[in-house]
Parts: sequence; C-alpha cells; structure tokens
Amino acid sequence: MTRRALFIQFLLSLVLVWLPAASAAGLDPALLEPLAGDDTDAKLEVIARLGMESSPQAVMVLDALSNDQLYVTPEATLLVKTQTGIVDAATGASVDTMLDQAATVAVNNRLRRAIGAALSVARLYAPDPAHRLAAARGLQRGTDAALLPTLEKALAGEKNVEVQAALTIAIAALQLKSDRPLLRAQAARTLGKTGNAAFRPMLQGLLQQDAQGIYAESDADVRAAAATALHRIERHVKAVEWVGNLFYGVSLGSVLLLAALGLAITFGLMGVINMAHGELLMIGAYVTYAVQALFRSWIPQWLDAYVIAAMPVAFVVTALIGMALERTVIRWLYGRPLETLLATWGISLMLMQAVRTLFGAQNVEVSNPSWMSGGITVLGSLVLSYNRVAIIVFAMLVVLLVWALLNHTRLGLFVRAITQNRRMADCVGVLTGRVDMLAFGLGAGIAGLAGVALSQLGNVGPDLGRNYIVDSFMVVVLGGVGQLAGTVVAALGLGAVTKFLEPYSGAVMAKIAILVLIVLFVQKRPQGLFAPRGRSAE
Amino acid sequence: MNASTLKPSALYAAALRRPLFSPKAWAALVTMTVLMALLPLLNLMFPAEHSLHVSAYVIALLGKFMCYALAALALDLVWGYAGILSLGHGLFFALGGYAHGMYLMREIGQDGVYKSHVPDFMVFLDWKDYPWYWAFTEHFWYAMLLVVLVPGGLAFLFGYFAFRSRIKGVYFSIITQALTFAAMLLFFRNDTGFGGNNGFTDFKRILGFDITAAGTRAALYWVTLLVLLGALVLARAVTQSKLGRVLTAVRDAESRVRFIGYEPLGFKLFVWTLSAVMCGVAGALYVPQVGIINPGEMSTENSIEMVIWVATGGRGTLIGPIIGAGAVNGLKTWFTSVFPEFWLYALGLIFVLVTLFLPQGIVGLARRWMAHRQERTT
Repeated sequence: MTRRALFIQFLLSLVLVWLPAASAAGLDPALLEPLAGDDTDAKLEVIARLGMESSPQAVMVLDALSNDQLYVTPEATLLVKTQTGIVDAATGASVDTMLDQAATVAVNNRLRRAIGAALSVARLYAPDPAHRLAAARGLQRGTDAALLPTLEKALAGEKNVEVQAALTIAIAALQLKSDRPLLRAQAARTLGKTGNAAFRPMLQGLLQQDAQGIYAESDADVRAAAATALHRIERHVKAVEWVGNLFYGVSLGSVLLLAALGLAITFGLMGVINMAHGELLMIGAYVTYAVQALFRSWIPQWLDAYVIAAMPVAFVVTALIGMALERTVIRWLYGRPLETLLATWGISLMLMQAVRTLFGAQNVEVSNPSWMSGGITVLGSLVLSYNRVAIIVFAMLVVLLVWALLNHTRLGLFVRAITQNRRMADCVGVLTGRVDMLAFGLGAGIAGLAGVALSQLGNVGPDLGRNYIVDSFMVVVLGGVGQLAGTVVAALGLGAVTKFLEPYSGAVMAKIAILVLIVLFVQKRPQGLFAPRGRSAE
Repeated sequence: MNASTLKPSALYAAALRRPLFSPKAWAALVTMTVLMALLPLLNLMFPAEHSLHVSAYVIALLGKFMCYALAALALDLVWGYAGILSLGHGLFFALGGYAHGMYLMREIGQDGVYKSHVPDFMVFLDWKDYPWYWAFTEHFWYAMLLVVLVPGGLAFLFGYFAFRSRIKGVYFSIITQALTFAAMLLFFRNDTGFGGNNGFTDFKRILGFDITAAGTRAALYWVTLLVLLGALVLARAVTQSKLGRVLTAVRDAESRVRFIGYEPLGFKLFVWTLSAVMCGVAGALYVPQVGIINPGEMSTENSIEMVIWVATGGRGTLIGPIIGAGAVNGLKTWFTSVFPEFWLYALGLIFVLVTLFLPQGIVGLARRWMAHRQERTT
C-alpha cells in the first residue's frame, strides 16, 4: 500500500514537471480576459468554455478560481498562485512579480456551481488517470444530456481501461435517457455486454412500474433489451463471484497448508502436538522483517529480493530452534504426548514474550516487494493480487519439495518407516532419535517458510501464531496422520469451504460452522480423511 | 455386559468399606476450612487500621482462587483419574458464569446507564425485549438450574459422541480446543445476545443484596468455600468408589478394560459430565465475586492455564489441583504486580519444568520427600 502511495507520488511529481511544458500550448489570453472584469455572465461563459478546453492549463485556472488563488493585477493580467510560485494564467510560465497589488478574482455561488460542473468535464483530460477516473465517475449520474458529445470525445481519446469503462457508463447513462427508443435499447445492450454490476440500478430503473402498473420505460423493445442486459449482468456477476470465491478459497487453503504442513509431519512422526508451532510461524515472519531491515540499510538497491533471501534464513533459524526444542524438551517426554502438548505450550509463551521483548509488542511493518504489489484483473472486475498468487505457487512448491524429500531421500524413507512402525524401524537399525530431531527440524523449518509467506499477507506481530494454531490443528485432524495428500486436500478443502460459506453466513459464523463441522466429522472418522491402513492403525 | 453382576472380591469389598478420609486427613481438612472461613470475619470485625484486619482485596482474591481451585479439581477428575485431557474446561467455566450472569444482569433492573428494562448492550443493539433464551432468567433458581444444565448438557452430548467414536489422547484435546474456540467466536458476536466483547458487567444486586457490600462478599466467599469442600468430598467419594477404580483402569489401559468386559463409555461420560458441571458451578461462583464475565474466559490460553494448575499441584490427587491453583495464581498475582513483563516467561517455565521434572506435581514432590525421610529414620 505504501509502495503504491509512493508510486502515485512519483506520478504526481512527473505531472508537476510536465505541467509547464504542456501549457506551452497555453490558453488564449483573450479567452480569459472577462475573468478580470465584473460581468458575471461573461465569466460564466468563460468558465464553460474552459471546461470544454481539453488542456491541463484550463484545469489549473479553474482550480485556482475555485480556491481563490487566481489574482488579477492592475494591468489586468491574470496570475495563479501555486505552491511553487506565481505563474501566468494564460501561458503557465513562471512570473517574477509580487502579488501586493493584485486582487483575488471574486467568486459567487453561481460561479462556484459553474466551476464545479466545468471542472468535472475539464478533469476528464487531466494527465493523472486517477483524476480522470474520478471525473468520469462523477459524471455517471447522467443528468446533463448536453455533455454527451464531450464524453464521446473524451472516450475516443482515452487510453486507460478503467477510465474507458467509467466513461462508457456515463455515456450509456445519458443515452438511456435519449428520446430515441433505438438508442435506448442499444445503450441497454451495451451496458449488458460489459457485465458490470454497477449498471444494474440504472437498468432496474427502466423496468420499474409505478402504482398504476405503467412502466418507467414506455417502449417494450427497450424493456426487453434491459431485461436481457440485467440477466446477462446477473450471470456474469455470479460467475465472477464463483471464481473469486474459488481463488480466495485456494489462497486461504494454501496459507493453511503452509501453516499445517510442518505440524502434520511432526504429529505423524512422533504423535506429539507441537503447541509452539504457531510461534515458529511468527518467528519466520519476524526473520523476514529482520532481513528486510538489513536489506534496507545495507543494499537498498536489492530490496525487492529480500523475500527470496528471507526464505533460507527463516528456514535455517526456525529449523535450529525446532531441533533445539526436540533435543532439550520433547525428547524427554517421549511417549507422553499430553505432557508434550503442555511443555510446548510453555515454550510458545516464552517465545512470544521473547519476541515482545526484542521487537516490542506492536506489529512491525513488512512491505511487499514491488513485484508482488498489484494484481491481474480477470473477468472485468476481479483482481487477483500478485501476493496471493505468489503464495499459492509457493505453497505448491513447498509441498513438492516435502513430497520429494519424503519419497526420494534416505531421510524420507526413515521418516516414513518410523511413522508406520517406530519399534520395527528401531529394530532394523534406523537411528530413530536422530531422525526425530531432523524431522522436527524439517517441520519447524517449513513453519519458518510459512512465516515468510504470512508476513506478505497480513500483520506481523507477536500474536501472529495464535491466529493460526487452531486452524492448523484442524487441518491435521481432518487430513489424517502421516499423509501428505490428506493434509493438502484438507487444507484446500477447508479454505474453499470457508470462502464459499462466508457470503451466506458472514466470516465469524462461517468459522464457527467449519469448526463444528470438523468436530462432527471427527466423530465419524476419527482417523481423518486419509486413514493409514494396516497394523499400525489403532 | 453388566459389571454389577460380577461378585466383588473380598479385597474389593474391604476397599469399599474404607472411610472417605483418614482421621488425620479429616482433621486437616476441617482445620483448613475453619481457618479459611475465619478470614472474612477478620475483615468484617476489625477496622482497617487494626493489625488483625484482612483487606477486602485479599478476601476477593482468595474467593477467586477458590473458584479456580474448584475448576482445577473438576479438570483433575477427568485428567488425573480418567486420562482425558480437556483443553476446553474454560468453556464450561464460562458457560456457568454466563448462566449466572444472565440472572445478575436481570437483577440490575432499570438501574443501567440507559434506565431501560433490558441491559445496556441490548439497548445498543436496539433490541426492545429479551430474546427467548433469556426467558425465566429473572428467577434465581432457574439460573442455578442453567448453571448445572448448560455445561452438563453440552458436555454430555459432546462426550457421548466423542467417547463413542473412541476419540482419545491428543485428538480429544484438540477437538475440545476447537469447540471452545468456536464458542468464543460465537460469544464475541454482538448478535448472539450475550453482550459481545464486553460480556456482562456492572452487576448491582444478588438476591436483593448489594453485590459490592462487604457482607455480601463474605457470604459469597463462604458459599464458595462450602461448595469447594463439598466438591472435594464428592470427588473423593467418586474416586474411592468402584466406579473410580474402573476409571483409573481406563486411564491406564483402556483397551484392556474393554477386553475384560467393561464398556468405558458410561464411566467416561459420567465423570466427564460431572467435571463439566463442577466447572460450571465454579464459573457461576466466580462471576459475582469478580463482577465481570466476557468471552475472553473461553480463550485457548485460559483453558490451558487450568491444566497447568492441575499439573503443578499434582494430578491424580485431589488436594493437588487445589494447591496448584492457589500456587500458580498466587505467583501470577505477585508477578503481575512486581515484574509484569516477566510473568509469561515464568508461566512458560512452569509449564516446561513441571512436565519435565515434576510429573506428579507439588504433592508428588512432598510424597517423595516424606518417603525419603521415613526411609532415613527406619
């Protein structure tokens, strides 16, 4: 967000540099002349003409006029006081005079209204697309039919997609009020084609009946066109909603997957619940923050790459913490899973407080690298933000990595052997203690990677882990023990179901419903979705 | 298979005839109770500057600790004696508290900030009348019935399905945690009708008495003390009974118990429900003494803290959880007033050290020490 603000500021500065150059074209000084006089009607005309003038210089004069920054010298020269200095109203060139003798051009309410209307048209040509968009949106109410040619002219010269869309609405809104039924029907069809929900109220207005049952729209063809257009929009909105839910569901699912993957490995292997798992996520996010700070102060030109650099660092840091935990605490509680749960909870409290002591209780600021801000617009109105897309891809990569590690390395073979039958693995010579430690480190390291991802999505604070701990347990319980596929399916399923429920029930009720559903599900299938088979299953 | 048709062995019959407590234990219990009961008198009878005066703060604190002790005792019944670790006892505690809180809110009458017949938070929501589930809560007896029935009913339902599916160990713990988390989210909603974030507070009266008066507070303290004593005796009776023995067997080897011919479901369900009811009563006693109940009581942290009280005191003993609740909370009170930023370190350390080095808690440590001394003298 801050990055975006910076970008806009940059654009603005470009505009400021560009303004005087563009105004080399300037305005006709004769056109402005009446502004120096006292004739209100003449001034009104000038204002209207300035509005039609498609130059930034006209906008500047109008702006100055409405802000009481337009001055007239005794020689009847018009000057504008800007933040940087005084410029000539007609040419825009800097002038080296004082405003001591100059008087403000007085503006009454009638003029003010005219200025407002003229500005909204003049701004359609503003150099900043954001300003043009705002101006076009302001004209969408479709009240002044005389604006139609101006809008069409603006649309023809417009390059920005968003502004084009806004102008189309404005034009169609005006055309809907045209006295030619053919044009009205065409406007309705145009609106329908865009599938934009913003057109809905306008079209619905046509189909409204008054108390006597007379339609607001007299022509049946136009009504039919409006109804079809409405239907089309409806269908499009539904489709967009569905795709949006799916995207956000998969996005939430991949976050859950990242958060739960490490937990699933250690739980499957040792049957212990690591309550400090959430804090490992949190530490991963704080490592990202620290790496970002280092990049900022030492190699700011590489700042955009900090996320990439943070990944291995977060993995190593959390893996080391995880292995230390396993060696010092969890190992001694082997065979007492409930006590492990308590001890790791105690560790989580200490880790949280340690982070508070080191970094403060407030959230720290982790910003997206520039290549992650923004997004792809699909289906006209749905924005898939790059950071979410990146996290989905990242989650898939991590799953792939873990899968390869478990299925194609010697360590993975040992891990799977111990998960299936610890005693037998021990008997055939697997060093279970060492594998436990390494697997625990792996699980913790994955939590660290997840922390890097989480830092790109939301707030980074000492409580970060707490928000994910219940959810990641649910994924593990739902997915079943020792099954990578189970964890993947459970996480993505939970994410999608949550997002599809949310529009109907609200976020909180959706969450409650999901938790209750899982509690019920576990009654039916205590071993989770993908139950291990064979003797090891109890 | 009906267990009662089996003929009890002579040893077992002897065990049944054993008194609840040894004479020494009875004496200690009665002395402690009398001493604790005297404290509010010291508060009421002596003026503030007198050296024997006990401040109202201490009385309120001890009253609170006794509620915690009751909750810990309830948790110990299922964890220490049946091996069921619940991470959701905060839910039962809060439900009991909310049930009593509904009555206390009704007792405010029209003395709220908005002088309405409904509580202030309902005025905020623009609710003109109480929702249906608030019906009859103006009667004290009904509220007390709710205190027992709501946690008990929920525990019975949940326990029936969970134990029938043979969910145990960490799975059960996680599921109880999820249930509590869901309930917390539910109670945080304003539309649920329990005051949302703020919960219930600003109580004025209980049974017509001013809730802030020293006399009322002393009475609440005594009631809590009596209930705690009663719960301790009840828990002792349960654990000493045949049922308690089966429970211990379930804890140590559930499959074996099943193979012998017992169905553990009923035993587990009974103790689980009993424990939830006890915890609900603890919550109900807690609310008027503390003066507030909000969804924060259902947070994950609270439920796990209850577990550490039991672990610190010594699970599988009845006096242990009471000692543990007092010790941990006493330490918390001291820390939060002297080194507030170090309390979480201390609590975390307690969790780790107790599980690593004191599996039997303080009581276990005392027992070991006494056994050691006896060995030396003989």
